[in-house]
Amino acid sequence: MPDPAIDFAGLGHAFRPGRWVFRRCSATIGRGRIVALLGANGSGKTTLLRLLLGVLRPTEGRLAVRGRTAFVPQSFQLGFDYSVLDVVLMGRAGQIGLLAQPASRDAVASVQALDRFGLAGLARCPFHELSGGQRQLVMFARAMVADADILILDEPASALDLSNQAVILEQIRLLSRQHGLTVLFSTHHPQHALEIADEAVLMLDRDRCVHGPAAEVLSEANLLALYGIPLRHLPFEHGGEMLATLAPVWRG
Amino acid sequence: MMISHACGGEALVVPGGMARAAVVPLLAVALAGTVLGSLCIGVYPVPLATVARILAGLCLPEPFCPVANWTDAQLAVVEVIRLPRVLLAVLAGAGLGLAGATLQGTMRNPLVGPDLIGISSGAACAGILAILLDWPEWGLLAAAFAGGLLALAVSWLLAGLSRAGGVLPLILAGMAVAAFFTAVHGFIQFTADPENKLPAIVYWLIGSFAGASMHKVAILAPPVLAAGGGLLLLRWRINLLSLGELDAAALGVRIAGLRWSVVALVSLIVAAQVAVSGIIGWAGLIVPHFARMLTGPDHRRLLPAAALSGGLFLLAMDDIARTLLAQEVPIGILTAGIGTPIFMLLFWRTQGRGWTDA
Repeated sequence: MPDPAIDFAGLGHAFRPGRWVFRRCSATIGRGRIVALLGANGSGKTTLLRLLLGVLRPTEGRLAVRGRTAFVPQSFQLGFDYSVLDVVLMGRAGQIGLLAQPASRDAVASVQALDRFGLAGLARCPFHELSGGQRQLVMFARAMVADADILILDEPASALDLSNQAVILEQIRLLSRQHGLTVLFSTHHPQHALEIADEAVLMLDRDRCVHGPAAEVLSEANLLALYGIPLRHLPFEHGGEMLATLAPVWRG
Repeated sequence: MMISHACGGEALVVPGGMARAAVVPLLAVALAGTVLGSLCIGVYPVPLATVARILAGLCLPEPFCPVANWTDAQLAVVEVIRLPRVLLAVLAGAGLGLAGATLQGTMRNPLVGPDLIGISSGAACAGILAILLDWPEWGLLAAAFAGGLLALAVSWLLAGLSRAGGVLPLILAGMAVAAFFTAVHGFIQFTADPENKLPAIVYWLIGSFAGASMHKVAILAPPVLAAGGGLLLLRWRINLLSLGELDAAALGVRIAGLRWSVVALVSLIVAAQVAVSGIIGWAGLIVPHFARMLTGPDHRRLLPAAALSGGLFLLAMDDIARTLLAQEVPIGILTAGIGTPIFMLLFWRTQGRGWTDA
């Protein structure tokens, strides 16, 4: 693949010698692709995200991230009640000099990014007064003003109700399709991966990682290996279109 | 489909952008007025017009100086006694306000003050050792300054031993260093001569501007102006210290380097302040809260407001300290005794607006 956005091969990380979180993980992710990262708790998803963001260095393997990254954390805690606009402005950190202050063009760009998600009217609201879904959209706006090429999200819809999950998934899809962003998101919802991801990376166990087109990788066999419980592909018709969902079989 | 929740209505909207923009100029005017008033009041009152002419005479070049129609006593009171004291109180207050607001933002913790990270204790410990050893004034000042920086270095080393990132190792290391130096200076007080040394040590520890001189102003001004200027230049970056490690890394912010740079600048200010005027408790904690209630949490406005409020607060407290009773009350007692009820009242009136544990 020419000039992929994210490229890693034989990647592994150990916080102490011999204590591998994961290893032998490889994937080549093209520009503009949406990629879901799935794995059980403790499988190393967050460690992989930290490697991609440059916070950790790989213990072994090769890793290349080509482009400016932005990160949307699972939850965003602030010690003080900054306004929504203040939070979005923080996204400009990479473009503003160390001793400089944000200029009016930065504020304008931030309001425009908020407007993109229908939140311009909340620019002066305290961030912590927003609902979970609104907070996620503000984080998306912050990624937009950072002029990011690659958006990395840590369980973006994990704490949201179904309606807000739909909004967030749709916005991820639009960010990728309209702005050409490469999106990598971790999730515990295989349905979300099936719904919007082009590709998926499954961290099956410490030594095994699978990457490929989402429809292929999210097979019943792989998902059984991943979660230890069966998940069934259920095709259904909706509005004249054939769709599919994944249903966990809780009682084996 | 849009996310439907609104932002809780008008009451939750951060009030008045225009009003917030006016806070810093208004505080500057209030501080200038208080400075002039402070030069007038005292045991030997001097009329405002005379004070203004004396100041013009001191500041303006020769051809523009007003006619010297003041008495020698008035000139001595304003120039030699009150002006150094006023400058020292304003510089110390501005420094403590800036230091406290910066630390609270950096540590993401509204309970943090300059005392917490051990700098004040280190400076105080070295200072009373200098008193015990009969060092001259410059020796005391140098010792206190070095003690504060030593405390920072020890905190730095201790925090560096922790594998955990973030602010918690620094806060814990600072608390440990503060407790250690407090124990040491407690021991020094215990062994000090109760007739000669102990009163001097206790009086210095309580904090006072009674011994103000232009020499002390010259010691305090460079670190406060230089480090304070540096903090003001970094004021927007201090907002970024609210971000988590991953978040900041993704935005290209080197959070650990920024945090330590900011703490080093704060340490310079606090060590210099303790060196010239002893420990003045509470100012570095309550002034930032007062300023935050006026400006909100954005450090772009908060830091200038905290510097001006700090200068205003300590100057007003010092005016009360030297005029309330026939004998001067140490300012450290007043900042805690008057400052904390004012703080509680403000806190109750504003319901702690400006920070959140959400």
